[in-house]
Formats: sequence, structure tokens, C-alpha cells
Amino acid sequence: MQPTSHDFKANAHRALGDPNLQRAMDMMRTGFPVNRAAAIARLPEFDALRDEGIAIKNHVIANLDFYLETFEKNVVAQGGKVHWCRDAAQARETILGICRDAGAKTVTKGKSMVSEEIALNDYLEANGVTPVETDLGEYIVQIRHETPSHIIAPAVHLVKEQVAESFRATHTHLPPDRPLDEARVMCDEARTVLRAKFLSADIGITGANFLIAETGSSIIVTNEGNGDLTQTLPKAHIVLASLEKVVPTLEDASTLLRLLARSATGQEFSTYTTVSTGPRRADDTDGPAAYHVVLLDNGRTALLGGEFQDMLRCIRCAACLNHCPVYGAVGGHAYGWVYSGPMGAVLTPSLIGIEEAGNLPNASTFCGRCESVCPMRIPLPRMMRSWREREFARRLSPQAQRWGLAVWAYVARRPRLYRWVSAMTSHILSLVGGTRGRFRTLPLVAGWTDTRDMPAPEGRSFMSQWAAREKRS
Amino acid sequence: MSGTRDQILGSIRAGLGRGRLDVQAISALEDRVRTHRRNLIPARAAALDHQGQIDLFVAMAEEVHATFTRVTDVDAVPGAVADYLAGQNLPARLVMTPDPKLDDVPWDKAPLLDIHKGIAADDDAVGVTACHAAVAETGTLMLVSGPDSPTRNNFLPDTHIVVLRAGQVVASYEDGWDRLRAKGAMPRTVNFISGPSRTGDIEQRMVLGAHGPRRLHIVLIDDARA
Ligand code: SF4
Repeated sequence: MQPTSHDFKANAHRALGDPNLQRAMDMMRTGFPVNRAAAIARLPEFDALRDEGIAIKNHVIANLDFYLETFEKNVVAQGGKVHWCRDAAQARETILGICRDAGAKTVTKGKSMVSEEIALNDYLEANGVTPVETDLGEYIVQIRHETPSHIIAPAVHLVKEQVAESFRATHTHLPPDRPLDEARVMCDEARTVLRAKFLSADIGITGANFLIAETGSSIIVTNEGNGDLTQTLPKAHIVLASLEKVVPTLEDASTLLRLLARSATGQEFSTYTTVSTGPRRADDTDGPAAYHVVLLDNGRTALLGGEFQDMLRCIRCAACLNHCPVYGAVGGHAYGWVYSGPMGAVLTPSLIGIEEAGNLPNASTFCGRCESVCPMRIPLPRMMRSWREREFARRLSPQAQRWGLAVWAYVARRPRLYRWVSAMTSHILSLVGGTRGRFRTLPLVAGWTDTRDMPAPEGRSFMSQWAAREKRS
Repeated sequence: MSGTRDQILGSIRAGLGRGRLDVQAISALEDRVRTHRRNLIPARAAALDHQGQIDLFVAMAEEVHATFTRVTDVDAVPGAVADYLAGQNLPARLVMTPDPKLDDVPWDKAPLLDIHKGIAADDDAVGVTACHAAVAETGTLMLVSGPDSPTRNNFLPDTHIVVLRAGQVVASYEDGWDRLRAKGAMPRTVNFISGPSRTGDIEQRMVLGAHGPRRLHIVLIDDARA
């Protein structure tokens, strides 16, 4: 996907004026945070598990070479193959190569953000292989020729009328006047259409939430079961995973899994957690005959040893998106690339360059909620600040953007304003449903969209602080 | 590709500011993997006695929309399956995995059930399987693939019926792993299943039966209680 992250401000303005998007975002803001809070309140050990999870990830990062080599050794011992890929192009070519060798015409796909990152679908399509997304949300955005707007809820930016419209436009073999006014009915329709695809696909491609060094396994987590049909029915299973997904043992994965679903959707455990190890065994009666792991770097190893290294702990739970006032106001597409919300604001400049994504680290009120809900306690606000300073140092900031910075600095230094915003937010969260439009009119967000209306910053602005720091160093 | 592998490993080491790990460090890491030490296990299930774990499993699985018939004797299983299907207005024809764990169920006690053993097809509406374990902590079933337990049988039929024995209920995922390791090699697939398939992808409204089963019914043989 062609990034438009440099246009964050324009994208955000458009998003705030899009009534469907605003209706959809209202629904999102109420659901996930309430469910997460309830799930965590039920597990007294949650914080202790967080500390253990962080320790596991830090340990893996410090010994990443060992764990990747061990993982590979065990994949091979189980009859699978690991393909190391430096960048997106190499990963795309590798996957196409596997498809060609298998004579594949159609591939079904489980949800994979790494697949979005490497823009796999367009590439396969251009080379004569038809990719079919099977996660309902991914399927919806695929038939709409859009990209996911959320890392775990790809179609969260849409209202059901938009989905119905796309189904009518795509499923033209069905009566045009059929009723499509309920999620239930649309889900059934997609189920029938996709069941046929599952049964006829040549290859299944999934992502991975974790890779297990001990056993050479990959783990996917879904609620629909689409990933399972994707990787069970075709003759080959390709796992596309970035290399920081590796963990030492099944026990370590179990600890991280206790954090993942609770942080993501507030579920105790996702409906399906599936551990795949190699191809089908000689006497198995189903399962893929080949198992490939495409292991992608694409800029991650460059984060090692630097100030963004902790970002490699991210388990892609989306809690930081679900609790971000900026994400909640403008949605994921405004961020202009695959990853959105606070984790996207940090990761996108790391992966596609600050020249392209320079505006994103400004997409924050620095309220700190992302860091406080992040199961991996990733210091997202500090990292965004750090990108902002770098961007500033490189003089990539246009004048308007500097105004924006001043406003954030202004708000960030006013605890009362923040307390008010938080109080307002929890009030909103307590009203499940019936909250339309409220958030959009928060003065904070209004100030952010129209910087010039904000009062001039008192005290030391971000810029003067930054200048002072530069002088000191 | 091996050039790429070396490049990636090289940039990892460069980023971490070190060379290759020495022999001692490697053997410590190998030990960590081999011993697969447990991390913190929540007390929720681990602190209960076995009967408490069984009850917790049922409560947690019901929370995620699994349904149960609890019987005290394996002889009651066929009747429980037949009654469930009749109660749901479902056909009495079912596909059953040829799993030896189901062999001591006297299926002929429910002559109306039309059972065929083997791998599920797209038009099989009802499937019966056994399972490997059931994790009380979150109401999660653990199923493993093998020659007698094809994975697709857990996903293709619209109604999935699982026959579970009380002795298979464990506290944690880790207990499930230990039991699996005790059996030998890793299977191709381990499925942890918590309730029927679902999606919230349209306006966050939960709909059951997205791609996998719409219903998950567990027949729990609570023989300890008999
Ligand atoms: S940064 Fe933290 S909260 Fe955000 S997706 Fe990653 S792990 Fe989850």
C-alpha cells in the first residue's frame, strides 16, 4: 500500500467530517475498553503476568539470533522450511515462488498485518494468483478495495449499511433485493461465499502471533475459525511472520496468550488458539502437505540497540489504539499506512522512514493512556516524543505542524485539562451505547484539529524546551 | 537465501553490540528451552481441587456460549447426544472421528443416530469428536490432530459435539502441554477452542458461527461424581 502518512493532518480533517466513520468510531470507543477493563479486573495476577511477559520478550530480544536459529532447526526437524527475508520485496517473491512451485491459482488468507505491510495481495494478483481474505473484516475491506483500519478489527471504520452495499455489489449471484440489514445475515452470506473458497484453495497463508523456538511451531489466534480452515484444507500452509514473534517455549507463549486476548478484545481467551507444527504427519488424514515459514525482517533488526528497541516487544493487541483519543477521533486510515494508533505512530516511521511518516508522532495528545494499557508497557509517548524531536531536528516540520506541536505541549502540561479529558472519557465508557458525537466535540480534539483557535501556550513551549536541550547537549 | 540468513543474523548481532554468543551462553539458553520452566500460573483454577476445576471449566465455557450435558456414566452419552440434537431440531446424522477415545461409548444405545466415522465433509451438519484436555482457567478445550482426529472435523460441521471425561479437565494450558509432551511427538495441530466460532467484525456486534461451528456442545462424563 502506498503510504499517505505524510498527509496525516489532511487525512484527519477528512475523517472528522465523515459521518459514517464517526458513527463507527463511536461504537468502537465503547466496546473494547469496557471489556478489557472487566477482563483484567477478574484476573488479580494480570500485572504480574505483564512483568513476566515483558521479561520473556526482553530475553528473546537480547538473544534473538539464538532463538531464530533454534526455531529454524526445529521447523526443519518437523519437515517444514524457513525462508529468511530481508525486506518486503524478498518476502513477496518468496511467497510467489512457493505458489508457482505448487501451481497455485487461489490462496486463502488468514488475517495478517505483515501481509498488509508487504502489500502481498496486489503483488500476487498482478502475478496471476488470486488472494482471498477470509477473516470477515479483512474480506469486507478487500472487496471494498480498502485497507484495514485497525490491527485486530479491520472493518471497524464501517457501519453495516456500507457492508451491505459492498455485499450487494460483489455477490451478484444473489437476488439484488435480498434483506441485508443485520450483521447475522451478512455474516451468513459471507460464510457461504467463503466456504466455497476454503474448499477450493490451493494454498493457505496465515500470519503468526507467536513462533515457538522449542518446537518449531507457529501460533495463530482467531475468533472466527477462518485461519484454521485456511491452514488445514489446502495442500500447503505458508506462515508469514516478522522475526520478533519468536518466543522460547510453549510455556512462554501461554503466558503471553494470557495477556493478548484480555488486552485486545477483553476476552478471557480467544475462541481459537491454534498451534501448528510442520506439515501433516505421514498417517494424518488431513492437513497441509507442506509447511513454510516466511520470516521477515523489514527494518526490525535496525531497531535493536536503539531507543525504539522496546517496540519489538509489541504483541499487536491493539489496546493502545482502543484507548487512544486521537485514534478514536480519526480512525486508522488517517494514519496513512498499515499500522495506526500509538503503536503505528511509533512503528511506521521506523519501518517506512521519518521522511514519509514525519507527521504521525504528532498524532498524540500525550495523555499516556496507551502506555498505561499496553501489556508490554512499551513507552509509546516517550517514543513518539523522540520521533518528534528527530523530525524537528531534520527540519521536516512545516510551520503548521510546529503550531500543532505547541498545542500538544500546551495541553500536555495542563493536568487539569487532562483529568477532565480522562473523566469525560470514562463517563463515555460507562454509557455503553448512545454516545454518538460526544467525543468529537471534546475541546481537546477540536483544539487539535484547529490549532489556531487554541490559546497561545504559556510557559515553555515544546520548541523552546527542545532548543534548550539541544544547547545543553 | 542463506546469504540473507547470515545478513539478518549479522545485523541482529550488530544491533545488540556483540558477536556470536559463546558456548556457555548457548548452553544456558538451550537449558532454558529444554526445561521449559513454567511461568506464573493464575490461582483461579490452580488453587481449586479437581471437582472445583470441573465446575470452573463448565462455568467458563458456558460464559463463551458452549452448552453442556453432564452425565455420570459413559452409557448415557449416546442418549445425551440424541436428546441434544432433537432439542435443537438438528438432524440425527453425524460424522464422528474414528478416535479410540470414543470406542467405549455404546453408540448402539441410541439407534436413531446415523453415525458415519471418518473425515468431515462440507455437508456434514453435525460432528462428534473426543478431545485431549479441557482447561478450567478459561473454559478452553484442547484438541490435537492425529490419524484418528482430523483437524477439519473441529471446524467444518455447523454443530460440534465434544465428548469430555472429567479426568481430562486440568487447571491450566501448561497442564495440557505436560500431558501432550508425555504422549510423545508434537502433533501437526493443537486446537484450543473456547466456545463456538464468532465474529464482531460488523459494528462490533457478536455473531456466532462465523466460519467454524455455530454451536459447541460438550457432553461431560462426570464419572467421579457417580
Ligand atoms: S504497543 Fe502495546 S498496546 Fe499497542 S498493540 Fe503493541 S502491545 Fe498492544
